[in-house]
Amino acid sequence: MIPQKNISAEHDLSEEREIVLEIKDLHKSFGSNNVLNGFNMKLHQGENLVIMGKSGSGKSVMIKCLVGLMEADSGTISVMHKDITKLDQLALDMLRSDIGFLFQGSALYDSMTVRENLEFPLRHHAKKMENYKDKDALVIEALENVGLADAIDLMPSELSGGMKRRVALARTLILRPKIILYDEPTSGLDPITAKEIILLMQDIQRKYNTSSLIITHDVDCARVISERMILLIDGTNYAVGSFTELSSSNDPRVQAFFKQ
Amino acid sequence: MPKTNKIITKLKDFFIEIGDIAYFTGRFFKEVFKRPFEIKELFRQAYNMGNRSLLLVGITGFIIGLVLTLQTRPTLMEFGAVSWMPSMVGISIVREIGPIITALVCAGKIGSGIGAELGSMRVTEQIDAMEVSGTNPFKYLVVTRVLAITLMLPLLVIIGDAVALYGSYLVENVKGNVSFSLYFNKVFEALEFGDIVPATIKTFFFGLAIGIVGCYKGYYCEKGTEGVGAAANSAVVFTSLLLFVIDFIAVFVTDIFYDL
Repeated sequence: MIPQKNISAEHDLSEEREIVLEIKDLHKSFGSNNVLNGFNMKLHQGENLVIMGKSGSGKSVMIKCLVGLMEADSGTISVMHKDITKLDQLALDMLRSDIGFLFQGSALYDSMTVRENLEFPLRHHAKKMENYKDKDALVIEALENVGLADAIDLMPSELSGGMKRRVALARTLILRPKIILYDEPTSGLDPITAKEIILLMQDIQRKYNTSSLIITHDVDCARVISERMILLIDGTNYAVGSFTELSSSNDPRVQAFFKQ
Repeated sequence: MPKTNKIITKLKDFFIEIGDIAYFTGRFFKEVFKRPFEIKELFRQAYNMGNRSLLLVGITGFIIGLVLTLQTRPTLMEFGAVSWMPSMVGISIVREIGPIITALVCAGKIGSGIGAELGSMRVTEQIDAMEVSGTNPFKYLVVTRVLAITLMLPLLVIIGDAVALYGSYLVENVKGNVSFSLYFNKVFEALEFGDIVPATIKTFFFGLAIGIVGCYKGYYCEKGTEGVGAAANSAVVFTSLLLFVIDFIAVFVTDIFYDL
């Protein structure tokens, strides 16, 4: 197993901030293919943590294990001090309402309008949302946050790629999550739209003080948004540090990520 | 030897799939009585399935009634038994031809539609998106669809039977100058409790089979557009086979109680 390289020990400095998400020694394999091989990470309250890795390096597998969409072979995943592998379905669903997930392809429900897409999670978490305004106001507010209040009655097929991503982000926000997981938030978008999405992610983080885990291989996205980065190589956290520290590293495997 | 291994592997996969479908069916019965009941979605699905299949079922039924009468007439004439035509057509359509033909048509139209729709939702991560937002996609997508087709198929069969008998009547009217009231009086004289009730009960099982297999194939669709096509296709093939097995069992059981 390749040992983790702490490019800067300084970046474990967020110890004073509460840990909201922690993965310890995560293993996942498909047949003889070891995708995750002892992966570890911590996400702190209000932090933007970027995980970079090549295609097929296990980023998406890791994030799916994190929300219980996939079962890990071994290791522990703790979200807000709860071990998700030990939760029953009801408790897991409750916990999931505190975790927003932005899918790579937006994953909007294509048989529903934008409004219905946003209302859908609300119907199942009425208790959590009872202190908030009425459903309509919540939907409109979430759409206003992403600048798409006018698209409320459109179908997903009528939206552009960038608009779909914004609506998906609005849907993620509607349950007021404490943690947002972004799976390749800028993939498939043109550079201008990608930049808009990155700025939107920053706005949201500031406004709602969410902790964000961003899976990407977009160097620009990582540069703008990351407070801390983890490079996922060979199924483990190969290197940890800030963007500046990692991009100036002499390690050829680390450098490979930052070469254009 | 490798050929034998291949056959053994295929057989093993087949029985594993049967086991998975049985588990899926068990989960359906477990979830169907649990709150929240997705009444609005159930009615939407029932309306869509019924409405979209009505014309096809009607046309198929009409042609079956027409063809059955046209082809049987010369034989019955040879024996001087043309007056038995309404009874014979009525019994054969209500007992067997109506339910099985309508179920096969619906397996092609509705079963493949469910397989393709859920498969596409799986591939585009819409089902995952429902799951991570803490909602229950099985309840919303599977329970409503299976219940809708289970309730709609008997209605479609009744309509199909009626149209088939009307088609048969038209032939009798043109060829034998038989009146509407005479034809249908003869049909209802011939039909007994043991013809109608078991035939109707088995259509609920046909509907359940179409829904379960279609949903199972779509819900666990493999990734990619090819997977969606395969899900739709195998839903139809597997359901068609299953319909005949259910039909055989239904006739066997009916024979025990009503001495066919």
